[in-house]
Amino acid sequence: MNSTALLSAAKDGLLTGSVYALMATGLTLIFGVMDIINVAQGILVILGAYLSYALQVHWHIDLFVGLLITIPAMFVVGIVIERLFVGRLKGPEKTAMSILVTYAVSLLIEGALNMIFSVNDVQLQGWYVNRSFAIGSIHFGYIYVAGFVLAVGLLSSLYYMLYRTRFGVSVRASLADQTSAALVGIDVKRVSTICFGIGVAVTAAGGMIYGATNSFNASTSYDLISRLLTIIVLGGMGSLGGAMIAGVGMVFIGDMVGVIWSPVWSSMSYFIVLAVVLLFRPQGLFGKQAVRVA
Amino acid sequence: MKISRKYFRTLGVASVAGAMSLTMVTASGASSGTLAKGAPVKIGISLSLSGDFSADGQAFQQGYKLWANDVNKAGGLLGHKVTLDIKSDASSPTQVVTNYQTLISSDHVNLTFGPFSSLLTLPAAKAVSRYGYAMVEGAGGAPSVFQASLHNVFDVALPVANSLVPFANWVSSLPKAKRPTTVAYVTSNDPFTQPQIPVAQAIMAKAGIKAVYNKVFPSEVTDFTPIADAVAAAKPQVVILGSTDVPTVSAFMQAFEQSGFSPKVFIATAGPDQGATFIKAVGAANADGVMVPNSWYGLAANPQSKKMVAEYIKQYGGTPAGVNADVAEAYAVGQVVAQAVKATGGFDNAKIIKYLHSGVSIPTVLGGAQFNSLGENPKMTAYTFQWQGTKGNRFVQVNPLGDPNTVKIVYPKPVWGK
Repeated sequence: MNSTALLSAAKDGLLTGSVYALMATGLTLIFGVMDIINVAQGILVILGAYLSYALQVHWHIDLFVGLLITIPAMFVVGIVIERLFVGRLKGPEKTAMSILVTYAVSLLIEGALNMIFSVNDVQLQGWYVNRSFAIGSIHFGYIYVAGFVLAVGLLSSLYYMLYRTRFGVSVRASLADQTSAALVGIDVKRVSTICFGIGVAVTAAGGMIYGATNSFNASTSYDLISRLLTIIVLGGMGSLGGAMIAGVGMVFIGDMVGVIWSPVWSSMSYFIVLAVVLLFRPQGLFGKQAVRVA
Repeated sequence: MKISRKYFRTLGVASVAGAMSLTMVTASGASSGTLAKGAPVKIGISLSLSGDFSADGQAFQQGYKLWANDVNKAGGLLGHKVTLDIKSDASSPTQVVTNYQTLISSDHVNLTFGPFSSLLTLPAAKAVSRYGYAMVEGAGGAPSVFQASLHNVFDVALPVANSLVPFANWVSSLPKAKRPTTVAYVTSNDPFTQPQIPVAQAIMAKAGIKAVYNKVFPSEVTDFTPIADAVAAAKPQVVILGSTDVPTVSAFMQAFEQSGFSPKVFIATAGPDQGATFIKAVGAANADGVMVPNSWYGLAANPQSKKMVAEYIKQYGGTPAGVNADVAEAYAVGQVVAQAVKATGGFDNAKIIKYLHSGVSIPTVLGGAQFNSLGENPKMTAYTFQWQGTKGNRFVQVNPLGDPNTVKIVYPKPVWGK
């Protein structure tokens, strides 16, 4: 192992991890506000990637310009899913039922994507996708740097919205206690619908970066959702900051272990960290104890 | 009370055993070799139509269907129309077992064809052997499949361990001044890829080519960038990638290009053989010089292969070079079984197994299929193919040297995208 390999792994962990953090933030936001575990988040990321692919192939729209269309489009997809399926879940079994309902949604979308795009793998292309610049002996892929900037920008916007806007106050109040939020006049139902839309909208950006750095087809979603769920469990279900730190941390740890020891231990090392954290903090790194009053 | 419990337990065990025996007998009965006049012959297949192997599974489905259409056009098998009963296993080694059990015990298929990948073929062949069925397959060439000592499994394709031999021999045979001096071995921990590496490594080590990177990565890895970056940092002149699919190869190539690293020789065990799918994923310019071992390609001179390729293009479109090798492997499975049925005069699986073990050579689109006692097809020739050109790429045979269809190898591989 040489220092270039080590520094490259650290760089990869930070840049790729930020994109996972973005995707996981949508998932944890939805859980935090609605108590919904959206296992369709993986296929929604892939749907976002396919939207970028369709815009690029059929209308020759650049991947980043295309986000101006795909982000609002995925927001609408989120609203539709919330209205048709998720928003109808009520009662004490809501969270458990949400896994089944969103899994069904996931299968529907997967089937539709397979029919439309076939099962052959595709990858998003652009002049910047394979190019890079070097600082010393370390090469930085344009697409990874752009993905990092995009993730940081969107996560900052999300934070601004949550902590500097009136709507953000409503979201945070709903995150803390839905009954009290409703008592002070917050339309919790509306907040939930919009949050679901936002949580899904971020998959457009995550999907585009993922699709430009990996070949994908609809079944790629299974790998993604397993990663995203473990990220939010480590960070703490419902914790936005936790999802960000765990997202970057997960990829960073895995990449470093892969270089220092062996790639065989990459995934294992992350799960060891997860197991140790859960042993001492069952609620995850930044999760709260089960205090939610539905 | 004790006697009563024991009695009922014995009765229960006996009932279950009886039911199982009845099921096995019934299932075996379905394959006893005779079919009513006009009855179709049912062939049961489990394929990965979703999940990790879905692209290969779909290609296999095309090959099986193409063969069934041809057979039916020619009057069927011994006059019986062929119907394919295909179930999806979602690329799961567990589901594939359930599927074959269902196909045999519930759907009463007469014959079974193999699934995709060594990973699924082994459990599938074990399940099928319990019912006495033959399993002729085209994508289970890993040693682990044959080490199980199953008497019923026959692989029409090349045993995977030998796939890289012509390639390794070629690299080793280069004049010393031109011969690479360093190599990286990086492979998925898959039964298809791993056995290929030590064989190539032994040949290249003898030629003095030093391994500067030699690591295995788990097959479930999705982010290959750090592994590819580590390979790039070792600066090998040859990279041998043990891959099972296009996404893996595409991710490594992208990471190499971003690292400013372009090896003199790059070969991947699977992925570049996927025709148009591969080119679409990596871009035409990057494919130039990339190599892959295989036992077939769409421009093969074999007349049977040419006929199948023409039919494929008529039905699905595309070009000969773009036809996936999986299609030919699946088609060859059908050809082998058809010949066995014809030779044995029926659909009796025991007779089919005996016939295939007899050492007979059966012509197929892949070449001759002749099985050893383990069910391997060791006489199948290993080829190396290479993508050449930056636009309208040609997928050409570059190995073994001396073969009339072999064209000159592009060496060193052009820098990515140039």
